Amino acid sequence: MTITDPYAAAARETTEGRVYTVTGGDWDTITPGDEEERLVINMGPQHPSTHGVLRLVLELEGETVTQARTVIGYLHTGIEKNLEYRNWTQGVTFVTRMDYLSNAFNETVYCLGVEKLLGIEVPERATTIRVLMMELQRIASHLVWLATGGMELGALTAMTNGFRERELVLDVLETITGQRMNPAYIRPGGVAQDLPPGAVEKILDLLEVMRDRLPTYDDLLTGSPIWQRRLQGVAHLDLQGCLALGVTGPILRSAGLAWDMRKTEPYCGYENYEFDVPTETTADAWGRYRVRMAEMWESLKIIDQALDKLEPGPVMVQDRKIGWPAQLALGPDGLGNSLDHVKKIMGTSMEALIHHFKLVTEGFRVPAGQVYVAIENPRGELGAHVVSDGGTRPYRVHVRDPGFVNLQSASAMCEGSLIADAIAAVASIDPVMGGVDR
Amino acid sequence: MTDSTEISTGGPTPEGRTPGAVDTGVGTDSRVTSDMFGATFGGDTTGFGGLVRRAPDDTGTPRPYGGWFDEFADALEAVYPSYAEAVKKVVVAHGEITLHVDPARLADVARVMRDDENLRFELLSNLSGVDYPHQAERLHVVYNLTSMTYRRRVRLEVAVTTENPHVASVCNVYPTADFHERECWDMFGVVFDGHPALTRILMPDDWDGHPQRKDYPLGGVPVEYKGAQIPPPDERRAYA
Repeated sequence: MTITDPYAAAARETTEGRVYTVTGGDWDTITPGDEEERLVINMGPQHPSTHGVLRLVLELEGETVTQARTVIGYLHTGIEKNLEYRNWTQGVTFVTRMDYLSNAFNETVYCLGVEKLLGIEVPERATTIRVLMMELQRIASHLVWLATGGMELGALTAMTNGFRERELVLDVLETITGQRMNPAYIRPGGVAQDLPPGAVEKILDLLEVMRDRLPTYDDLLTGSPIWQRRLQGVAHLDLQGCLALGVTGPILRSAGLAWDMRKTEPYCGYENYEFDVPTETTADAWGRYRVRMAEMWESLKIIDQALDKLEPGPVMVQDRKIGWPAQLALGPDGLGNSLDHVKKIMGTSMEALIHHFKLVTEGFRVPAGQVYVAIENPRGELGAHVVSDGGTRPYRVHVRDPGFVNLQSASAMCEGSLIADAIAAVASIDPVMGGVDR
Repeated sequence: MTDSTEISTGGPTPEGRTPGAVDTGVGTDSRVTSDMFGATFGGDTTGFGGLVRRAPDDTGTPRPYGGWFDEFADALEAVYPSYAEAVKKVVVAHGEITLHVDPARLADVARVMRDDENLRFELLSNLSGVDYPHQAERLHVVYNLTSMTYRRRVRLEVAVTTENPHVASVCNVYPTADFHERECWDMFGVVFDGHPALTRILMPDDWDGHPQRKDYPLGGVPVEYKGAQIPPPDERRAYA
């Protein structure tokens, strides 16, 4: 038996002409050189510079990209389908894993959708904690963008520094939620538990550190001629292109439009916070860098104000038919239901026990209907189209991930540029494949 | 969920109980429950059982819709002559407005909504499918349009059958629909006429079937946990 390696084939005839499949070597030794040549490069999905399991198919003429296509789906996990087989509260643990760099946003947008269908108001403190979580997450996400984007462009110090500071943010998130990532902390009706003792102090410490560290990125990168030349005038996409391609977030704002849903369609009480929407007019990778750097400062401002707004109060709706009955406490085997709560429902209140049991096994019912809610995540408009048939499980949830939509602009940004600038273009889009593929 | 008959999900259902405790925003929602845990009699004192789920009424919401919805509908009617034929019904629920549109005319409606100065829906925020297997036209596609000028959001909805799942593509109006429509084709098998290259996007190219349809199985195997067999999620007990 002979084993044939398809990649070893030297040449084959196709309707497009003769195709040579090569994995390396000197081009001149492979083709006779007497025909019109097109070079198609397959880049990824396993490539350190494609920002995750993204595959780029690039058609080259010399070093110039003439056509670029993005191929996605390598991280498709069927989250939307899986949601339909879990109850509404369990849904949070699924959506949080979509865009894994902005968990708090996924959880919030899903919960806002469920709450809109339920017609309930979340307690003030829970909303403030959500804002707090989202803005902390925005900083962490932009830091990862800086780190990975910097790495892809050869700025390794940006990578090490970015991940270092991001870990500080994740430490705070871990203090609050118990997990660095995918915490499922924000639930329909509020949040899973109140801020633990010491959390506010940790956040304040973090703010101080970040105010100290953010200028060092400017010192390191903004003035660097290499960094400037890699970004300035690269991956240009003007406002018209952004709108046609549905691009939102920092890319849109780098083209000059101050469209930030925290300002334009405020949710979670953002209208009560004072902050600016940074914009640039260069419409290139440089502008996106500047916008994201400035946004981290604005997030610090919002966190500061959110801490001031934190008034004591409940963090979950008081309706016992909806509010998840968990009274979490840290035990010797980790975070779980508090023993006092278990003692109470087991020993003194049969009704509470029944409620607890029913809510956990069966879940609450959500009135039938459909809603679309959208919030501003670090990459743009994160939307959730939530459909209920009146049952205990989501009938259909579709998440409009900004990474998925924004990735369409890669072709427009790359075509006509050098292949090295294609890397900068994809980095400036900042797609997170978990969200793109869902 | 979408049968034409009333569904009772267990527990006694007292006669004469008035449904409609759920606030559906302005007008009537097509699907109304009696309320969430509204057992007013019977043995189930928790109230978890006894939910009456009503079939959708297909009449839509009558005018006036309330808020800016009327202003928007007037503007669209004024500028789009075939409004009466193209828009089958309007549903206002949960503070959102949905226009149910004829699939063949969808792209025309979208173009008018994008271009008219009183409408200005510049951005197609989202496009996704929903499968309602009990309806004849079971495959729905929803379009969430955003007007950045007026800060308004409107949903368009079309419904097609699985035998003839053709919807006019809006790629020419909103180039951003490219990936969205590919995903909807991939997941639901809706064919968007006029899309430049309608291929699968999330599933492999040679995949059979359209996974987000309700009759497509979730799949999964039983797992053992502490000696017990746990069935896969789609075989576990479901509470309607």
